[in-house]
Amino acid sequence: MQLIQQLINGVTIGAFYALVALGYTMVYGVLKLINFAHGDLFMWGAYLGLTGLSALLALLAQTSAWAILPVVIIVMVSVALIGVLIERVAYRPLRTAGRLAPVISALGAAFILESLARNVYGASWKTYPAGITPTGGITLGGGVRVGVMQIIVLVVSFLLMGGLYLFVQRTRIGTAMRAVSLDHDVSRLMGIDVDRIIAIVFLIGPGLGGVAGLIVALYYGSFDFTLGWVFGLKAFIAAIMGGIGNIPGAMLGGMLLGIIETLGSGYVSPQWKDVIAYVILIVILIFRPTGLLGERVAEKL
Amino acid sequence: MTGLLTRLRKAFSLRPLWWQVGLVVLAILLPLPMGDYYRSVLWRTGLYIMLGLSLNIIVGHAGLFQLGHAAFYALGAYTSALLNLHFHIPLLLTLPASVAVAALFGYLITRPILHLRGDYLCIVTIAFGEVVRLVLVNNLFGITGGANGLCAIDRPVLFGFELRQPIYHYYLMLIFLVITIFAAWRLENSRLGRAWMYVREDEVAAEAMGIDTTRVKLLAFVLGSGWAGLAGALYAGKITVISPDLSKFMESVVMFCIVVLGGTGSIPGIFVGTLGMVTLPELSRPLKAWRDAWLGVAMVVMMIARPEGLWPSRRVRLEIRGAKEEALPASAAGS
Repeated sequence: MQLIQQLINGVTIGAFYALVALGYTMVYGVLKLINFAHGDLFMWGAYLGLTGLSALLALLAQTSAWAILPVVIIVMVSVALIGVLIERVAYRPLRTAGRLAPVISALGAAFILESLARNVYGASWKTYPAGITPTGGITLGGGVRVGVMQIIVLVVSFLLMGGLYLFVQRTRIGTAMRAVSLDHDVSRLMGIDVDRIIAIVFLIGPGLGGVAGLIVALYYGSFDFTLGWVFGLKAFIAAIMGGIGNIPGAMLGGMLLGIIETLGSGYVSPQWKDVIAYVILIVILIFRPTGLLGERVAEKL
Repeated sequence: MTGLLTRLRKAFSLRPLWWQVGLVVLAILLPLPMGDYYRSVLWRTGLYIMLGLSLNIIVGHAGLFQLGHAAFYALGAYTSALLNLHFHIPLLLTLPASVAVAALFGYLITRPILHLRGDYLCIVTIAFGEVVRLVLVNNLFGITGGANGLCAIDRPVLFGFELRQPIYHYYLMLIFLVITIFAAWRLENSRLGRAWMYVREDEVAAEAMGIDTTRVKLLAFVLGSGWAGLAGALYAGKITVISPDLSKFMESVVMFCIVVLGGTGSIPGIFVGTLGMVTLPELSRPLKAWRDAWLGVAMVVMMIARPEGLWPSRRVRLEIRGAKEEALPASAAGS
């Protein structure tokens, strides 16, 4: 029974990782760039959500869980805009500058975002208003308990991920995205506005990441400015585990990482859960060098 | 700006002996009028130049993404400290062991993952850096002192003279640094160095020309890691307190930025990169909390303005800027 409980908790955490991993993997797909700033965009989602929610609750003068809904929209839009801004300023001028320069630029953008958060909000732990999230739960047989918040997290994550998957597979823009991730030049020849598609990717990825930040902060109740780095690295590992550039891979990798972590901390020791996760990542990459669902890339000739 | 740099670079590429002697003399005289704080800053600059040069072998020459370099720096520091604390071996005698342990781990960790492509290699090195940090925090075998690390490490003793003042540590660092720079310079122009660059530019072509790419890449990792271990041991000797934070991601990022900001694969570039990433932020402590933000802005702006780095090697500059920008003098084309 403990195993089932651990799996449920693992899937919940896995859903967070998967949402953030999608941002890494989409950007990698179109730019072949590890967007180190993505974890910090995610963290900004948590901070902006806190500001928005506090303002809205002060305005309404009562505590209502429904206030979260408009805040979700606000956070999604504003983090997406920050993402597009970063792409425009820090990444677009470096499209042709080799592989190292954009990595430094991404790290620089991450420094800026993290430092801004620390200066604007302070280095202390921030807490979401109490009583805003539903606390009930459903008790299944054998002492297994599923919290209402866990159900909400899972439903929202799966809706977002399913929506994204359909968007990428079924719409014209999604098709264009897949084309751009294969080859910029040929896409341009086919009449695709590559810059616009990349901008759209930077709307969707950080938008999802921002919402994930809000949900994570609501789920745990409190956070500080290291959230972006802690979750960012984990989500990045999830993306690599599944095969970076591959959207179902990011979802699979996120879930797997969440489950490995909770099982590791439940059955081995909480102190060693991260080490277990990293070692499993290394082992996976030794046997499948491009991740679980990653395609084999032919060596260039 | 560019014209001045080009002229300076030309002056350097002549490499007359007096240039090098002059620089060493300058490095010896530089700390004399300074207070202890600035001498420590100088020492720190030297330390990171050494780390930058060691990472330069991996990132700059062989073109392998290594974002976990701080792990080997930490391994070197811990090896020295443990040998010193438990077996009372004088610190300077532990240096070979630190180098050996760091190089051995460099071999063990990279051997199975060498076939990974660029970004996958990058994440594995990040993961390894974190594993080392967490293992040190979790106090494996009860000897690493947990999150607090190790303290009361002996200072280095040279011919019965204990190095206490920052200036003596600076001179010790300078000795190792001169050796490092000489070795790095010789390595760059050696058969192995040319093999690294070949692998970086085109691995398949390099293999077709008979270069054992696996062995060459492995050598880059082993040499770079061992060198970082040496820097770690010198750190342990000066600071005498070490903690798992030596292996944190931020340290690896700083080292990585030193190599790329200054100019990938170039020795003067490492100096410039260290000044930008370590010395100036250290001196701009008054900016306090906003320091990181300014550092980030500087990194983005630098990369947009000069994606090849501030003082790149000619090869890398041509690669990014294209050959047409600057006609090469025929005599220099062979290097």
